[in-house]
Amino acid sequence: MAEFKQADSMYEWFDQRLGIDKFVKVMMTEYWIPKNINFLWAMGVLLTVMFTLLVVSGIFLLMYYKPDINMAFDSVNYTIMQEVAYGWLFRHIHAVGASVVFLIIYIHMFTGIYYGSYKRGREMIWISGMLLFMLFSAEGFSGYMLPWGQMSYWAAYVITEIFGGIPLIGGDLVVWIRGNFYVADATLTRFFMLHVLLIPLAILGAIVFHFYALRFPHVNNEAGEFFDFDEEAEKYLAGDKKNSKVVPFWPVFLSKDFFVLGFFLLFFFYLVFFHYGFAMDPINFDKADGLKTPSHIYPEWYFLWSYEVLRGWFFEIAGISGKSLGLMAFGFANIIFLLLPWLDRSPMVKPANQRPYFKYWFWLMIADLMVLTEFGKLPPTGPNAWVGFGASLVFLILFIALPFITKAEAKKVGGK
Amino acid sequence: MKELKILAVIAALVGITYYGIEPYAHSVMHPEVSAADFTFKDAKNVDTSLAGNVENGKVLVEANCIACHAIEKAGHPALMPNADAAASYGVVPPDLSHAGRIYDKNYLANFIFDPVSAMHLSHKYPVGGTKAFPMPSYNWMTPQEIMDVVSYLQSVAPKVTEDKEGHKATFEAACGRCHSMAYAKFDATTPKDSIKAYMGATPPDLSQYIKSRGEHYLHSFINDPQVLLKNTSMPRVGLNEKAQEEVIAYMEEIGDSKKAERESLGLWVMLYTFVFAILAYLWKRKIWSEVH
Repeated sequence: MAEFKQADSMYEWFDQRLGIDKFVKVMMTEYWIPKNINFLWAMGVLLTVMFTLLVVSGIFLLMYYKPDINMAFDSVNYTIMQEVAYGWLFRHIHAVGASVVFLIIYIHMFTGIYYGSYKRGREMIWISGMLLFMLFSAEGFSGYMLPWGQMSYWAAYVITEIFGGIPLIGGDLVVWIRGNFYVADATLTRFFMLHVLLIPLAILGAIVFHFYALRFPHVNNEAGEFFDFDEEAEKYLAGDKKNSKVVPFWPVFLSKDFFVLGFFLLFFFYLVFFHYGFAMDPINFDKADGLKTPSHIYPEWYFLWSYEVLRGWFFEIAGISGKSLGLMAFGFANIIFLLLPWLDRSPMVKPANQRPYFKYWFWLMIADLMVLTEFGKLPPTGPNAWVGFGASLVFLILFIALPFITKAEAKKVGGK
Repeated sequence: MKELKILAVIAALVGITYYGIEPYAHSVMHPEVSAADFTFKDAKNVDTSLAGNVENGKVLVEANCIACHAIEKAGHPALMPNADAAASYGVVPPDLSHAGRIYDKNYLANFIFDPVSAMHLSHKYPVGGTKAFPMPSYNWMTPQEIMDVVSYLQSVAPKVTEDKEGHKATFEAACGRCHSMAYAKFDATTPKDSIKAYMGATPPDLSQYIKSRGEHYLHSFINDPQVLLKNTSMPRVGLNEKAQEEVIAYMEEIGDSKKAERESLGLWVMLYTFVFAILAYLWKRKIWSEVH
């Protein structure tokens, strides 16, 4: 054990034992971030804040929520919304927060794709980020069931039913997930467990991993430039702050994030107090009724694009049923983003608009996702069904074509 | 400035997507219906321009109505308990105390003349069908006599206060024979089993209808349920505009009781956040001036 000399202050006492000085340097004041960035680089901190808001509001809701099919609906809509002081505020923050967190996740994700921040050493950042996306999806889906409204019930019914299409094990799998032959009390209690314990734990772990994965390859910058972080850090520490290409996480990077956060929260609280209908669907204020199917069933907006990829395949092709084709397309859509670092064969790390072929691919992909999202909500009848099919097909083609497009790009730019 | 351009692109993409999945998708799923008609102009069996005679109306009401209907406010109590009344008629006959206040004059007159056509329930009670509506048509009365009855009912109706208590009285008179409101601890006056048999299904509890249906939908629906829900067994009840507004206000007072708190707190939170954002911006300017 090291020699401990008498501490002269409380700070020193703790520093001797916990290495506060060193910790603050490593985590904050000498954790280097590129200077050449824009506000899109603040999305990570926004997400951290949103996750914190969700956890805190969730803890308050947890004190009054009752995971039982006979009590859940009223515990949310009467006890929490009307009896508990500011219970409505926590529910609104939680419900709107769950929706807005996905908006920021998508912006964060497409920023990563646009600037090529998933390759040349940054693969693990991307993978851990996509893992977080999947965990958040599971968290959102399980949480949506808890108020036990009509949409909670029927969305859960439709989505769990999807697994029934998997060959051989499908039927058993659905029963295993639901804990019953239909969506029932057992389904509610297990989704409750997943929502408040298992998935949040996994998310916490994945967030730590995501942050850690940033350490070695470092954060990308607006130009996709590679430079020696140690050299630039020396420059900064020596006082040449203006010429250094890096800034410390604290206070420089965070000061910008707080500014972005401030205006984001203004928007967020506007939604929480005055414009929350998009996140709290009216139909979900009718109590779940397994005998009464709502005329329109749709998932939350952030699942619409993949739901439409599933739903777009509505007719049989070469003896394979539309349902099976849809399920295959859905499976493809849900793993394909994870593989992006290996589908992009061009070594260029540049903003998409500076890449000769990738730029078309990127904006087509965004447009296609928007079409899928829109038609995922509309009733799938008449021409809507065909638009859905077309957009679903375009989605598959885009990702199958990506390796070829980027390979051609690599050739054109000659390995730059 | 470049960052503003990026922000504009994101705002445009998010805005287009939002428009598509919210206002547009909902307009496709719930098409607009014809505006609510508070004059009930399709009901024209009775000439409602005739001035009614309250004294004669009183005589007619006492001879024709109080065998089944209570009129508490005019000293005619209910003849039997609710459960017995429901067993006899299928549904508890309404106490007519508030009838002259909550129902539109034209609707009420035409209702007395022929209830089924006024309520838009001829699909449920077709002419010559097996089921008959519990109240007979008073089409043998002259228009003058019907207007006398209407005038009398208007004269006995009590005034109610412009607050939650008044809204509650209107709600219970207009909706409370069939619908419960659990969050107001109110049970429909017709017992559950009777009302289920009478209507074909248990009429829904209305505690959260202000949220699940919304004011816009309720405004059309209460005025004439058939417009939005073809062949529903819920009758057109014929509320005048003021009574309907009171009913909706009560549904909001019960179903969204924290609305006022939410809206006032919202402004304070946004003001606080705005101050934070401005301070954060000034701090950012100061910090970044050293590195640029």
